Amino acid sequence: MSSNRPRVKIVDACKSFGKIEAVKNANITVEKGEVVLIIGPSGSGKSTLLRCVNRLEKLTSGEIWIDEDRLTAHHADIRRIREEVGMVFQSFNLFPHLPALGNITIGPRIVKKTPLNEAEDQGRALLDRVGLADKVNAYPEQLSGGQQQRVAIARALAMNPKVMLFDEPTSALDPEMIKEVLDVMLQLAKDGMTMLVVSHEMGFAKAAAHKIVFMDNGEVIETAPPEVLFNNPQSERTQKFLSHIL
Amino acid sequence: MAEIGKSSSQKTRIEVSDGALIPEKEQRATFTAWRISFFGAITLLVLLPLISPEPYRRIITFLPDGIMMTFIVTILSIVFALIVGLLTGLGRISRIKIINRIATVYVEVVRGIPLLVQLFYIYYALGKIIQVPRLVAAITAMTVCYGAYLGEIFRAGIQAIPKGQMEAALAIGMSRSQAMRRIILPQTIRVVLPPVGNEFIALLKDSSLVSILAVADLLRRGREFAAKTFYYFETYTVVALVYLVITLFFSKFVSLMEERLNRRE
Repeated sequence: MSSNRPRVKIVDACKSFGKIEAVKNANITVEKGEVVLIIGPSGSGKSTLLRCVNRLEKLTSGEIWIDEDRLTAHHADIRRIREEVGMVFQSFNLFPHLPALGNITIGPRIVKKTPLNEAEDQGRALLDRVGLADKVNAYPEQLSGGQQQRVAIARALAMNPKVMLFDEPTSALDPEMIKEVLDVMLQLAKDGMTMLVVSHEMGFAKAAAHKIVFMDNGEVIETAPPEVLFNNPQSERTQKFLSHIL
Repeated sequence: MAEIGKSSSQKTRIEVSDGALIPEKEQRATFTAWRISFFGAITLLVLLPLISPEPYRRIITFLPDGIMMTFIVTILSIVFALIVGLLTGLGRISRIKIINRIATVYVEVVRGIPLLVQLFYIYYALGKIIQVPRLVAAITAMTVCYGAYLGEIFRAGIQAIPKGQMEAALAIGMSRSQAMRRIILPQTIRVVLPPVGNEFIALLKDSSLVSILAVADLLRRGREFAAKTFYYFETYTVVALVYLVITLFFSKFVSLMEERLNRRE
């Protein structure tokens, strides 16, 4: 167990769908406790790359490491690695047939065989942490988008992951709900969670990100701390993109 | 018929839960249609033996064995067909090619052959190889036939669940089969309940075909009685009314169940 390994290491990652190369030779490193934000125009391969990190998509070539586990190895225990990698989706993907608490406890109960009482205690604590202690029994359809996304974050946290992936967690939300989700994410970052986030939330980037990765057309163009990338981007493509969104 | 049952049950619920709501004209009409059919049939079944005991009383005392047999055939067939259908549906979406192919061929073949021919085939043609009791052959044929149709319903039901559900389940470390059992199938049940209910009612009616193998179901008992007494009109009137009552009753039952699931959502 070498403790100085990065938490996530993406090495020369390539992913193609048929003839389309969605990700080309991407390299990203996320240290323990680091928050890394991936930005870039739509279709630039950010989400695809993120989905490769818990192998919802399989890399065409290259490697991804989570600590000392090589996710891309043939014999890799994908399910165990997925337990350690939480994922939050753009469209929440809560389980509609389960109440908020059930959404959170089902992972620990089924996958980790946690006893019901214990899982529910933990689930309540997590709902409290995301500010939804009063929504224990609410079904997803009874919750607003922002609330659903916070439940989804709690669901991922219930597996006690080493790293959290966020795939555009606020882009399906109405503006007034974005803040409540970002606040939860900020708190997570403050608590030292390692996070890899695909998002264009510049406020969050400035407040919490240690590094920004700019991707365009499947390639990682530039990686830098937010103050450097935003104020002094090296690449012309980065400059052009930032001029559109800032 | 299920649709009629559906709107009528919604009306019932509204009337029960909130007397202030007035059913819309259109829905009130369908409600009446179900009522006329159901209570009309029951009234006839009660009145006919009273008005003219000969032959109606005799017919009505002759038929219950057949009704019992119709239920036995229907219920055993639907239970087995649901099992076969679920496996077929899972097979149709399986990533294992051979399983997928077997399930697909099964569906194509069975849906292309009339149920009556399948009944003959299983009892008489396969009977040359293994002779099985009539009832077993009948239930087997119904199961094989309806298993294919239900398989397609299950396949469509599973595929109707958004892809994100499986992804979210996998992302928290579930295996595909855990995700199927805990996340996908519970949601599928809700989606497939109406079409499965329709298939159940269709199966109930198709169960009359087994009378061709001399299984003593409702229709067969009616034929026996009519052949002996020559009361064709009277006998088949009663047989038709009994089928109607049973079918309408179950279509109502199915729609009430559907209703309850919808409400819980």
